Amino acid sequence: MVEIPGSAKENGDPGPIAREGMQAAWPICLGYFPIGLAFGVLAQKAGLHPVEIGLMSLLVFAGSSQFIAVSMITGGATVLSIVITTFVINLRHVLMSSSLAVYLRSVSKGWAALFAYGVTDESFAVNLTRFRNGNWDWRQAMVLNHAANAAWIGSSILGAFSGQFIPAGALGIDYALIAMFLCLLVFQLRGKLYAITAIVAGVLAVILALLVPGNVYIVLASILAATFGVFFRRLARKTNPDVL
Amino acid sequence: MIHAEYLILVVGMGLVTYIPRWFPIFFLSRRQLPQWFSEWLDLIPVAILSALVFPELVTGGNPRHLDFSQPQLWVALPTFLFALKTKSLGGTVVVGMLLFWMVGKLL
Repeated sequence: MVEIPGSAKENGDPGPIAREGMQAAWPICLGYFPIGLAFGVLAQKAGLHPVEIGLMSLLVFAGSSQFIAVSMITGGATVLSIVITTFVINLRHVLMSSSLAVYLRSVSKGWAALFAYGVTDESFAVNLTRFRNGNWDWRQAMVLNHAANAAWIGSSILGAFSGQFIPAGALGIDYALIAMFLCLLVFQLRGKLYAITAIVAGVLAVILALLVPGNVYIVLASILAATFGVFFRRLARKTNPDVL
Repeated sequence: MIHAEYLILVVGMGLVTYIPRWFPIFFLSRRQLPQWFSEWLDLIPVAILSALVFPELVTGGNPRHLDFSQPQLWVALPTFLFALKTKSLGGTVVVGMLLFWMVGKLL
């Protein structure tokens, strides 16, 4: 797109900014909706109240970790183990926020703090692409983050209320999480090294899951596989600099 | 209505999720991460997603054991291909759920 002088970015008119943010956000909202719905249903089945479900979506706003938290609650896990698992799963946002930070230098600390709340795999991917293209600033990005957030909270509460009308196993809702992970995994397969790391992590996770009870295999396998990936990349660069 | 323990849980989860999102924007916007660390962080998402999904597909039961006959695994193959082909998150979730539901009806 061509940068038009006096456009939304220049004069601060909230109308076009909101519209541009929403236009970029709608695919994310559409993607969140069935997942939020599925999350609400599963959480309700795990015995959580709609208010509790909405509160988790509001305070955490991170899909995979919320699903895992619900399954850990069902399994009788302790608060501490759920919080530690959540931390490790969501640590990946450090890299996303680091990449986005470059584009947020002019933003006040308060707005940056609010922006940080909305950094998810999906909002990061869309915002970073737009920032790189140049016709995007933090206000549109902020609208996008919060539109996605609203879709997430809304759909999880809706799922929480409709959960009681949906029998267990109906419409394959139990598979929503696996399908989401499979697709997010596909998004992450950006080259050979990522595919190798994925295979190493998957095989390690299966072995560790068989050997160690509980959910610690997720954290262990991820850390080991990513460490392996870094060494593998360095080694490959030494032998053939063009490989990876 | 909301138990104190649950409140501690979601506040704790919220904090440990928020801090990694906020920290780099607050502190690192003018600094550069060490290269090995950003390379490591770059591989974390793919590793986590794979570590999450593989055991779901090929292990089951309590205590866990290998099981290659689960519908989870067989539905994963077309679902993965659909994701690869369409790159649609919502679409993949719907297709995966539908296939899993249909397999459940057949078995």
